[in-house]
Amino acid sequence: MRSKWPERLLLLPATVWLLVMLVLPLAVVLVFSFGERGPAGGYVPAFTLAQYANLPARFTAFKNTLTLAPLGTFAALIVAYPLAYFLAVKANPRVKTILLVMIIVPFWTSILIRTYAWIFILGGQGIPKLLAMGGLEGIRLINTPTAVLIGIIYGYLPLMVFPIYVSLEKLDKRLLEASEDLGSSPLRTFRNVTLPLSMPGIATGCMLVFILLMGEFLVPALLGGGKVFFIGNALVDLFLQSRNWAYGSAVAATLVIVMLVVVSIYMKLVMRGTNQRKDMSLL
Amino acid sequence: MKHKLATPSASDTPVVSFSGVWKRYGVIVAARDLNFSVQPGEFLSLLGPSGCGKTTSLRMMAGFDQPSEGEVYLEGERVNGVPAYRRPVNMVFQHYALFPHLDISDNIAYGLRQRSPRPSGEYIEKRIAEILQLVRLEGFEQRRIWELSGGQQQRVALARALINQPKVLLLDEPLAALDRKLRREMQIELQNLQRNVGITFVLVTHDQEEALSMSDRVCIMRDGEIVQIGSPLDLYDRPKNKYVADFVGKSNFFEGHVKQVNASYIDVQLDCGVTISTVPSVEMDQHHAGSRVSVSVRPEQLILARDEKQLPEDCVIKLKARVLNRIFLGEHTEYLLRDESLGEFLALSPRQNEVSESPFETSEIVHVAWGREASLVLGDD
Ligand SMILES: Nc1ncnc2c1ncn2[C@@H]1O[C@H](COP(=O)(O)OP(=O)(O)OP(=O)(O)O)[C@@H](O)[C@H]1O
Ligand SMILES: [Mg+2]
Repeated sequence: MRSKWPERLLLLPATVWLLVMLVLPLAVVLVFSFGERGPAGGYVPAFTLAQYANLPARFTAFKNTLTLAPLGTFAALIVAYPLAYFLAVKANPRVKTILLVMIIVPFWTSILIRTYAWIFILGGQGIPKLLAMGGLEGIRLINTPTAVLIGIIYGYLPLMVFPIYVSLEKLDKRLLEASEDLGSSPLRTFRNVTLPLSMPGIATGCMLVFILLMGEFLVPALLGGGKVFFIGNALVDLFLQSRNWAYGSAVAATLVIVMLVVVSIYMKLVMRGTNQRKDMSLL
Repeated sequence: MKHKLATPSASDTPVVSFSGVWKRYGVIVAARDLNFSVQPGEFLSLLGPSGCGKTTSLRMMAGFDQPSEGEVYLEGERVNGVPAYRRPVNMVFQHYALFPHLDISDNIAYGLRQRSPRPSGEYIEKRIAEILQLVRLEGFEQRRIWELSGGQQQRVALARALINQPKVLLLDEPLAALDRKLRREMQIELQNLQRNVGITFVLVTHDQEEALSMSDRVCIMRDGEIVQIGSPLDLYDRPKNKYVADFVGKSNFFEGHVKQVNASYIDVQLDCGVTISTVPSVEMDQHHAGSRVSVSVRPEQLILARDEKQLPEDCVIKLKARVLNRIFLGEHTEYLLRDESLGEFLALSPRQNEVSESPFETSEIVHVAWGREASLVLGDD
């Protein structure tokens, strides 16, 4: 038998990295969540469920996150799919390169600055003013859930576009001709062939966006104006402002658990959808 | 004899017909004034080198491409502009293009399920069973595409097209991806299948052996044009020009010019000075005294002998040549010969000839002759 040692040796850095960067902080969070807040903030060791009992106080943050994260994921998908489809199937090579660059270039500036730009666009001097000139008075966008949703779509679009683009790019175009040859109109060909075969890309994109959205705090903070806040905002508040580490840890631990539950249900569904398709892996 | 399902009344109209069809891609001309028709139940092959426009022609029949000029007819009806999904034709793609997310039965049933009204589940089941039997893949219903060998995938692709009972089945180099032995098997199978179902087949290939052995008629193409269209025998015995003669089997070519046009034969003076009597492969009146021509002589038409007396009386040419090389081909022996004036040429001698006398040896001098019918004077290229 071949020695396992070289393999183990090669896996060592990754294992250490995972332990230090993932497991350790999680363990700390879990321990802290059973503790108490010190008189001047921070953490005092204890074993109490008081922090968890206090969770309903942050119900709105959970509610916002758990509605706007799926909604934002879905909205990003709806916007991203046609774009990815156009890029992969329809665009000629030159247009394609230009568009791909245009999707990537915004990453060269910080998301913070780009989201600030949206404050102006959605604010009183931006789109609402244009709409008012068109006769639609009194539309408010900034500091509403809609503004947060728009910010989410904007920020997460590339993350959704790329996996879908890759799966559509990989799609054998001759399959589309075969479908058409067998009597399928373009629309039905899309439903029968293109959509099922781009499912891995959709699944990956949704997963990425959803997980990141669950921890989002920047967009709600800037575009939600303190009215629409996520768990991420609650955590920023608890750890940095009120320095209630114990309560913050309880909220964070709950978020992780909720996420694990949602993601594992999601994975189950996706796997069931693709389990007979051994040719399709996620991504 | 073929069992043709086509009704007698329908058999007068060609299934497919091209009339003055051109296809241009910018400056590239992929099809140049194509005129031909395919008869019901016929097996037609489009044969030609890479890039000569075979696939383009097929795609215009299927409806994936539209002609830049000219008309395409399906059963007498003009179909220019009609998209592929509205045409009663089906195609077998070169790399099969089977759907990876569907199992074998769903792949095969795909076409039936696109019909409206949609046939009943029972009917579809029944047809799948029938067609799987036809392509000898019973029991493969639930298998996945990647669990099949190349030959089996090929058969699924055939079944998926045939289940729709198309007016024409279009096949774009369907056997190119198979190894040599399997290709031979599939050629025979395809031929049998075509006879059994009576569906018109149009096959694209650049393998001349495949085209000649399988088809009723072969259409030879070059640079987007049809050079000659005819039965394999026609093309072999009456090649229109040097291109066809060279493409269909081996041949010896001798250059010369027409000396005299007679009632049923033509005297050609070869460049080496020898004058031989020849028959034309195209209409007599296309030849005029003085015009440059090629004369084609098939290697198997040459008569070889050790003794001059063994040669037949009525030969148009008799000469002595040296054997340069000899290749045993089983049934036949191929000789490369050299004559002082004619240069090098090939001769194919059947085995029976050689049981009586031993095969000729390299550098032996042999007597060579051929008859008038063997020397074909070809038309312009
Ligand atoms: N979509 C296209 N755009 C531009 N030119 C094309 C296109 N399709 C085909 N051509 C050109 O038309 C000519 C004929 O192509 P076609 O595919 O019909 O050849 P073919 O006979 O099938 O060759 P092969 O045996 O290599 O498949 C070629 O010169 C090809 O480059
Ligand atoms: Mg081709």
